[in-house]
Amino acid sequence: MKKSAIAGVGIAAALALALTACSSSAEPTASPGDATSGSAEPVTITYSNFISNGGNEDNLATIVSAFEADNPGITVEVTTLPYADYFTALQTDLAAGTTADVFDIEYATYPTYQSAGAFAALEGVDTSVYRGDIAAAYQTDGVSYALPTSFSTVVLFFNKDLFDAAGIGYPTSEWTWADEKAAAEALTDTDAGVWGDYQPISYYEFYKALVQAGGQFLSDDGTSVAFDSPEGIAAAQWLVGKSGSTMPTAEQGAGTPDFDTSLWADGKLAMWHSGIWMFGAAADSSFAWDIAVEPGDATNASAVFSNAVAVSANSANTDAAQKFAEYLTSSQVMVDTRLSTGWELPAIADDALLATYLDQGAPDNRQAVFDSLDGIALPPVIGDNQAEMQDIVGAELTEAAAGRKSVEDAIASAASRINDLLG
Amino acid sequence: MNRSATVGTAAAPVSPNPAKPLSRVRRPGPTSRARRAKTATIAYLFLAPSAIPLVAFVVVPMFRAAWASLHTWNLISPMRWTGLSNYRDLFADPDTLVVFGQTLYYVAGTLPLTFVGGLTLALGLNRAFRGRNLLRGVYFLPVVTSWIAVAIVWRWLLNPSVGIVNTVLANFGIDGPGWWTDPAWSMPSIILASAWKDLGYVMVLLLAGLQTIPTDVQEAATLDGVGWFSRLRSVTLPLLSPQIFFVVIISLINGFQVFDQVYAMTGGGPNGSSEVVVARVYDLTFRYGQAGMASALSMLLFAVILMITLIQIRGERKWVNYA
Repeated sequence: MKKSAIAGVGIAAALALALTACSSSAEPTASPGDATSGSAEPVTITYSNFISNGGNEDNLATIVSAFEADNPGITVEVTTLPYADYFTALQTDLAAGTTADVFDIEYATYPTYQSAGAFAALEGVDTSVYRGDIAAAYQTDGVSYALPTSFSTVVLFFNKDLFDAAGIGYPTSEWTWADEKAAAEALTDTDAGVWGDYQPISYYEFYKALVQAGGQFLSDDGTSVAFDSPEGIAAAQWLVGKSGSTMPTAEQGAGTPDFDTSLWADGKLAMWHSGIWMFGAAADSSFAWDIAVEPGDATNASAVFSNAVAVSANSANTDAAQKFAEYLTSSQVMVDTRLSTGWELPAIADDALLATYLDQGAPDNRQAVFDSLDGIALPPVIGDNQAEMQDIVGAELTEAAAGRKSVEDAIASAASRINDLLG
Repeated sequence: MNRSATVGTAAAPVSPNPAKPLSRVRRPGPTSRARRAKTATIAYLFLAPSAIPLVAFVVVPMFRAAWASLHTWNLISPMRWTGLSNYRDLFADPDTLVVFGQTLYYVAGTLPLTFVGGLTLALGLNRAFRGRNLLRGVYFLPVVTSWIAVAIVWRWLLNPSVGIVNTVLANFGIDGPGWWTDPAWSMPSIILASAWKDLGYVMVLLLAGLQTIPTDVQEAATLDGVGWFSRLRSVTLPLLSPQIFFVVIISLINGFQVFDQVYAMTGGGPNGSSEVVVARVYDLTFRYGQAGMASALSMLLFAVILMITLIQIRGERKWVNYA
């Protein structure tokens, strides 16, 4: 079990390396003797985050308290924002020069902010404590500009009680789209308000389903889209086809905040495509549940997300800020807190520490988290027009889901609009 | 705008004491000049509390936006001068016309609804009857309610499958529309909610106007045998014209700047069908990192509003009656 976990993480690491081919000159500056100088003057640093929003606020507070206890004289003021609002707020802060000393970023936004000079270079960080390749994703020309906080994957949650009641076997890593569809249809009972499946009709689900279908989002040279293909249509059809048959429609509330979480908590959702960051919230479920690797079509592919923290280029306390950033991403307290509470996985190098993750209880099949790393779908990154590209995919899929466009037309329209952005 | 402002308030301090003998006025000695300077200082002091924030938060940002509109700027990196290219891109982009068209659609929908509704309410609530003050308060309540709360309630009311509106329509055998989930109905949904919310504001302004109309004029008309409708058309409305002018101009300006309800009710969707100019400005700035383009778009909006307001003011003397 442990071996497999390590193997899974190794594969994730290898893939992360592949995605950061640009940073081949990365060489960890080996000066771990960080500035522990007795800076007696008390300082207060600010930390703006989205990672703890929605259930992990107390877990973050545990880490922050431990940091403050270990570093007398440094106080950390934490601001927590919902993910949906976080990047708008960050953008405004960057424009106004009022960014927090330490702030969250994610992989897709790193290149834009780094090239704009928003981050302070992190000197003397011991990057060997991180999963090398994930840490390398946040380096430019060999210099670290952010440190990986965590990584996470999306898996298939399922309500065992509903499966038992319907006499259907639980999902396994062998399942394909066809198996999921058949089970979802059998489990959907609209009169009882029970839905077989829930998978957001969004950009994030689309690029993953596209890889599951055997397609790719961008052409090899990245100058045009490649999803206007039979695989792209299959992926869109897979998502859109669920709406109104095995999954609630937008009119019925799908897509509004916390809708899926509530449906799941009420025991009215048989299968749910969601991230491992929901383990903590799902632990309170009043029914038996477990997880499985997301079913694929041509191949298995799971979404892997990585978050990181950066120190603001404008920070007046870069030393204290960097110290906190390192603590938040690599301390033992952080590892223990994350593993014991089922938060996202720490991006640390020591695989042995992660092994205890498997024995934390619900869900039982935590092995699926590592198995999901065997096949990864990475988000396409196009730079400045990233947000607009994501909005276009989302809007076109919504049109198809509402039946106002055929799936083929929606994909063709999305392709032409995004090609305009790339061109 | 200018005229209505000066008419509404007391005249500016021109002559400190008009009752003084002419000889004193003709020879302005040093004392009189000093007094005038003192008067001006006092006037400026009184203006300062509103003038300083106006300059700091409206005038300066306006000029900065005009400057930013000539640059490419993602809010993070320094601005890069690109001259008029943002404007050229906006004129070449079909979406620009679309968002202006949708904004106009909003204005054309809400203005008549709020005006006719507000006038009807004002006329009704200008009569003496029990519970009048309570009703005035009730109709004004939506005006002081937060748009986010109103938007959430209206989204439920207009929910195509479980909303009250469609449920009631279904009882009459009418298959209700998809409201905010349907591109053809998303703007009417916003218009409906906005009209409901703004009704009270228009009502209060017109009600105040109605109360300035001398009752003897109305009574004289009644004694002359003028019917209710003719009285409304020939006496009430002309005497109410300054307030009507104000309501129309303010509603137009506010209408072109519509944002909150769009953002909260539909987010500009589905598929951009309710995207208005200010929502586009917001998206360009905060989502797409194109603050220069967004500034250019807001300059265009400014030009459009200015033009419409100038046309209004030119037309003012034809129908507005400052009796």
